Formats: sequence, C-alpha cells, structure tokens
Amino acid sequence: MRPRALIPILYILFLLLPIYWLVAMSFKTTNEILGGFSLFPQEWTFASYRTIFTDPTWYWGYINSIIYVSLNTVISLLAALPAAYAFSRFRFLGDKHLFFWLLTNRMAPAAVFALPFFQLYSAVGLFDTHLAVALAHCLFNIPLAVWILEGFMSGVPKELDETAYVDGYSFPRFFIRIFVPTIKAGIGVAAFFCFMFSWVELLLAKTLTAVEAKPIAAVMTRTASSAGYELGLLAAAGVLTIIPGAIVIWFVRNYIAKGFALGRV
Amino acid sequence: MKTENQRGWLFVLPVLILVAFNALVPLMTVVNYSVQETFGDNLFFWHGVGWFEDVLRSDRFHAALGRQALFTFTILLIEVPLGVAIALAMPRKGFWVSVCLVLMALPLLIPWNVVGAMWNIFTLPDIGLLGYFMNHVLGIDYNMTQSPLAAWVTIIVMDVWHWTSLVVLLAYAGLISIPEAYYQAAKIDGASNWAVFRYIQLPKMKRVLTIAVLLRFMDSFNIYTEPFVLTGGGPGNSTTLLSIDLVKVALGQFDLGIAAAMSLIYFAFTLLVSWLFYTIMTRNEQ
Repeated sequence: MRPRALIPILYILFLLLPIYWLVAMSFKTTNEILGGFSLFPQEWTFASYRTIFTDPTWYWGYINSIIYVSLNTVISLLAALPAAYAFSRFRFLGDKHLFFWLLTNRMAPAAVFALPFFQLYSAVGLFDTHLAVALAHCLFNIPLAVWILEGFMSGVPKELDETAYVDGYSFPRFFIRIFVPTIKAGIGVAAFFCFMFSWVELLLAKTLTAVEAKPIAAVMTRTASSAGYELGLLAAAGVLTIIPGAIVIWFVRNYIAKGFALGRV
Repeated sequence: MKTENQRGWLFVLPVLILVAFNALVPLMTVVNYSVQETFGDNLFFWHGVGWFEDVLRSDRFHAALGRQALFTFTILLIEVPLGVAIALAMPRKGFWVSVCLVLMALPLLIPWNVVGAMWNIFTLPDIGLLGYFMNHVLGIDYNMTQSPLAAWVTIIVMDVWHWTSLVVLLAYAGLISIPEAYYQAAKIDGASNWAVFRYIQLPKMKRVLTIAVLLRFMDSFNIYTEPFVLTGGGPGNSTTLLSIDLVKVALGQFDLGIAAAMSLIYFAFTLLVSWLFYTIMTRNEQ
C-alpha cells in the first residue's frame, strides 16, 4: 500500500467517529449514558428503537418525511426535464438571464423566508400538508435539477433529435421513448441531489407543518426539549435518519462524482 | 449549435411558475415589511428606508456580519485545499473507489439538525467521545458552553466534517475527466509531481472548484440549523452567525421591519459576492 492511501483512510476515520458515537449511544441505557464514560455499550438495549417503532408520533415522522421528499423529487424532475431540454437545445429571448435567476434562488437564506412562506402557504390553504413542503423545497431543488440535467443533455448530440424526426417520431413520443432513456444516468443524479437536499432541510419543513405532515426532524427537536435528557432515544432517531440516505447513495455511487461536474454554471 | 426557438419559453413555463411562486411572493412580502412600521393590530405605516439605515448603522449587525465572514472564510480556507488533497490521493479505479465515495458522501445525507445533535452528543464534556478525550486524556479544558474558543473550534470542525466531502466529490469528478494521454505526455517530458498538479490537474479542476467554492460560500453564509442546535449562538453571542441573529430578531423579538431589512441586505451581499467571484473566475473563458 502506498503511503498516500493513508490520507483518504484517515479522512474516512474522522468522518466515521461521530457516527460511531451516535450508534453506540443509541444502544446504551439512559443510566449508562448519564452514569459515566464507556467506549462500547456495556449492556446492550434495543429499548430506544422499540419506542420509535411502536410510537405513532415517531414512525409517522419518518413516513411524513419520506412522502414529501419523494413528492418533491417527482415534481422537481417533471418540471425540470422540459426546461433543461429547452436550455440545452434552443436559444430564446432572455434564456441566459433566466438561467442565472434560477440559480440565485439557492442564495436566499432559508431563515429569511421562513415567515413569508408560512403566510403564503396558510393563505393558499396548503399549510400542514405534504404538498406544501414538497412545493416549498422546489425553490432550491428545481434550479439544481435544471442545472444538472442541462449538463447531461448538452452531452447528447443533436443528431439524435433530428434522426428521430426524420423517422417520423412526434416530439412527445421522441422525448419519452428515446431522449429520456438516453439521459437516464443524468436523471438518476438529479434525483439523488433532489432527494438529498429535501431530506436534510429542516427549517422550511418545520415551519410549514404542525401535526399532519410533521417531519421526523421536527419530532426529534420536540423530544429533545420536552422529554428532558433522553439521549439514547435521540441517538436512535438520528441513526434511523441516516439509513435512507445511505441506501440512496449505494444505488447511485457510480454517478455521484459526475453529477456536478457535467453541469455548467 | 442551438437553434433560435421561442417555443423554449413554453418548455420553461412550469419551472418558471413553480419557482416564481416560491421566490417572488415571499421576497415581495419581505420587501413589504422592510419599508413599513407596525404598532400591532395588523396596522402598517410607511417607514421608507428607515429600517435599512438602522441596520446598516447597528453595531449588532456589524458584529454578526463580522463573525459570519470569519466563519465562512475559515471553512473555505480549510475545506477547499483539504478536499483537493483528498481527491488527489484517492484511488482512480477499482472496488475501493465505490467504498470511498459511499463513505465520504454519508455526512452530506444526514439531516442538518441531526448533524448538530450528533456533534452535541460527541462533544459533551464527560460523556461524549471527543469531550471525554480532550478533558480526561489530554487534560485540555474543553467545554463549549463556557469557552467561546471551544465553541468556535467545534462549529468549524463540524462544518469541515459535514461539507469537505462535497469538495472532494467535485474535485474528484474534475480529476477523472483528465485523459490518460496528458499524464503520459507529462511523463515523457519528465515533469515533476508539482508541475503535473500545477499545469494539468489544477486547470482541469478550475471549473468544478469554482462550483465548489460558490456552493460552499452560499451555503455556509446561510448556515443556521447546525450551529443553532450545537451552541444556540452562545456562549453569550460568540457564535451568533447572521442567520441565527436574524431569526432572533424576527421571531424572538418580532421586529419584522428590522428583520426584513436585514434579510434584504444579507441577500444582496451574498448575491454580490457570488456574482463577483463567478465573473472573475470565468473571465478568461471563451
């Protein structure tokens, strides 16, 4: 093994340490956690996990999060696909300005928009629905999806479109049957990033929900403050939020490195 | 070559409607608050640019902006070189690439409040792994709730932990796009490792690194959840970054006018810096 292989290994160890500690905490009893320091759980307990899987407030938190994240990914991709096609194939009035304006929406601090978002979604009667969070997350996910997809689409030669028209394909049929399968790697990458940014965002998700669509992150904050010092429970809930992300990474591992690189700014 | 086609607007329409709904309505609400004064009962009075003058003159805003600039500058200075170094040392092909990528991407997919909570548990003075190690093994007095220095070091290390992988992924994507022939040519010319980095790898990574710096600048400048969960802005005001201060003003004291004026100045500042950086970095292209 070459000595420079040490750098990634050390870095990965640094990344895993806090995660290990979270996992270790989730298997300890409250007494053991507060009683002192121990590197491994001395007395393994699954009590924290049992609480989460049997209490509806807890497991509905996960279901709610998964619902709005999936909904957001679908909406973002459906809207971004034709737009990205237009940016990669056509020149139209104001296209460059529009593209830059879309990207500026990533720069607005979410903390700024929390209150106006609450008022806007209350006014249109969507407050406390999964749709509200899914639509609100479009603010930063659609620009990102357009950006990534445009990069992938620009890599497909225009001859593909022309050949299809010569063969008598109509535009919608060409787009769905030929074009979409050609850039499916790009769609995978865009879906990954939409999932990621919607899954990790908390401020807007918390602001726009109360009971019915409450995300897991909000359930955790409430527990952290009301149930006192139940660190084991908090740790177990944290561990469970890492799992969906880890599954998604495993599926797109061959594409993530390419995702940002192919887009243009 | 792109064709001139105004039908493009039709294709862009759904995106335009969705983003405009989410961006313009809240932005106009904020603009609205920023020029009005209220005394309760939903009665609003025209206040002109008064709030903007107040914010620009307030010491509190200057202090928060200063802390924010220091934070963003420090994490960029650590994360970008570190990310490039790790990407350079990573294997180029084989099984270990997947393992590295999956493990490195893990912090990016953890909800931000969980990141804060995880680091809180990790650094608790007597029962956290890092806290215990610092206090009882190294004998350094380390307690975030008392020492501003400890709080600062911790939020910076947490951000490095959370986001360096994004720089690694981007830099790595730039590196694997370099054709093997470039390296062979450099070998024939007897180029040193430094020359290969300076004249082949760095120029090829320029575009992805521009994206990395822009994303890290925008996101770190807007950071809220992680430091809020970890330190709550304390001890005192020592880690009250801009977003945390903004939320304190808007929701804690309910000074909507000042909060709105602050947001707009904040937004304009982010926009200006991003635009300047982007223009300078892409000046020599085409």
